[in-house]
Amino acid sequence: MGQTFAEKILSKYSGKTVVPGEIVEIKPDIAMSHDNTAAISGIFEQLGVDKLDDPDRHVIVLDHCTPPANEKFAMNHKITRNFVKKHGIKHFFDIEQGICHQVIIENGLCLPGTVMVGADSHSTTYGAFGAFGTGIGRSETAVIMATGKIWFRVPETIKIIINGEFPEGVGSKDLILKIAGEIKADGALYKAVEFAGPTIENMTISSRIVLPNMAVELGAKIGYMIPNKETLDYLDGRAQKEFEVVESDPDANFEKVLEFDISDLVPQIACPHTVDNVKPITEVEGTKIDEVFFGSCTNARLEDFEVVAAVLKGNQIHADVRMLVFPASKDIFLEAMRLGYVQTIAEAGAIIMNTGCGPCMGNHEGVPADGEVVLATNNRNYKGRLGNKESDVYLSSPLVSAHSAIKGFITDPRNN
Amino acid sequence: MSIKGKVWKYGDDINTDVIFPGKYTYTISDPNEMAEHAMEDLDPDFAKNVQENDIIVGGKNFGCGSGREQAAVCVKMAGIRAVIAKSFSRLYFRNCVNNGLPVIVSAEAVDAIENGEIIEVDMDNGTITCSAGTIKFPPLPPEVRGIFEDGGLIPHTKKILGTD
Repeated sequence: MGQTFAEKILSKYSGKTVVPGEIVEIKPDIAMSHDNTAAISGIFEQLGVDKLDDPDRHVIVLDHCTPPANEKFAMNHKITRNFVKKHGIKHFFDIEQGICHQVIIENGLCLPGTVMVGADSHSTTYGAFGAFGTGIGRSETAVIMATGKIWFRVPETIKIIINGEFPEGVGSKDLILKIAGEIKADGALYKAVEFAGPTIENMTISSRIVLPNMAVELGAKIGYMIPNKETLDYLDGRAQKEFEVVESDPDANFEKVLEFDISDLVPQIACPHTVDNVKPITEVEGTKIDEVFFGSCTNARLEDFEVVAAVLKGNQIHADVRMLVFPASKDIFLEAMRLGYVQTIAEAGAIIMNTGCGPCMGNHEGVPADGEVVLATNNRNYKGRLGNKESDVYLSSPLVSAHSAIKGFITDPRNN
Repeated sequence: MSIKGKVWKYGDDINTDVIFPGKYTYTISDPNEMAEHAMEDLDPDFAKNVQENDIIVGGKNFGCGSGREQAAVCVKMAGIRAVIAKSFSRLYFRNCVNNGLPVIVSAEAVDAIENGEIIEVDMDNGTITCSAGTIKFPPLPPEVRGIFEDGGLIPHTKKILGTD
């Protein structure tokens, strides 16, 4: 019997052949933390160890509340910078660089066939590059600092095969929302999810990232896809070390195989207050909005900017709507500026914000008022997610967000 | 170890944003202050009325969403001594174990337990006693139980490192 990707990786890293359900202790290649490094460093210091097991294993990116909204956030950043200096952590990215997952990708640290953990639930993102990427807690990150080690239960794998071509106006965000609506928020609980099929193979890197990024919204431990040619080309000259692509064996045992054909897929909207409360846009079209949040580790990459700029060009955002724009990284911002997207989006009346997580988590930079409705391109719409439990958050693709910003209500891009 | 307390029963897919709102994740570091905000966006009565030894009972996928560890710490600091659910998000499960908070997976128990009743959880024998009767639950895997029995991941690691 062959092995799945997850079984292969955890066998390799634990030095024995493993089966689902088994618990293994391994050393990850990369452990990422962000603004929570301040709290993690405090836990590390309780462990009674002077030095990090391997400072080069740790990647620290300040992105969750940047620039700091008040003195408490500022102190988190200061503690983090001091910790980085004290322990000689070279993979440190300060507040101007961007959202942790994107910064890690751009810096060639996210590599196929490696184990990447992060003190952030969206660390499943790394599976877009064929890595075993998963979120861990603060205490666990502190223990990795001290010992290099973490335990995992070997997950069963669900394979999701995608067939067909995206219709006009429909993209990867609509696909992952469709999947979330179908299999629900616990549809892949504790499981590895492998996205496969010709559609996945042919998607751009930015579109592919959206799927593993939101695999955690299905309850998954990891999201994974075989790195395609575009991904390997992207890593050529960028990868910070050699890597080996790891794939599931053809005779591997998948717990379940699901198939989706996207040929007739329509734009999807996740409605308040859960990510799996998904409806086709035709059912919620016309819902009045007060704010558009275009950003996050899910949808704020260059191709998203291209799509949004094309819609906004020569148009004005509705007078009753404010649109906040957060590029996923400094590099994306610079490139979007060079290509004129930033100019176009700003001329349409959107507010160009700094790179970072923005209001995703409700820290700052766009918290809605009571009774307001936000259309957001991020990955979560739980009650209070953007900082106010008396507001409603709908999730959509960047394309839908741009059309809706102009009209002032949720708008089907296929009719406009 | 035996825990006897009042039940706070909630539904399916309770997410960590309503257990411990994101806006507090980088501004509140004192665990006692975390407790004051426990379940804030789900049940405003919880933090005011929860008592030491109380028990949370949830449906499926309890603790989904963000992996913020404070969502486990805040309920523990508020007095909760066990969380019983039909299933847990993996990060919430890990964060509870790592903070020495008992997590019990039992759909049968969740269906049987009534909100507000007093129940008794026997961790050694793996039983829950409620008004509907006594229900057995499976033990944690031994590797995980070791962390839990040492009081959480930090004391467990200190024991291994010899720094305790």
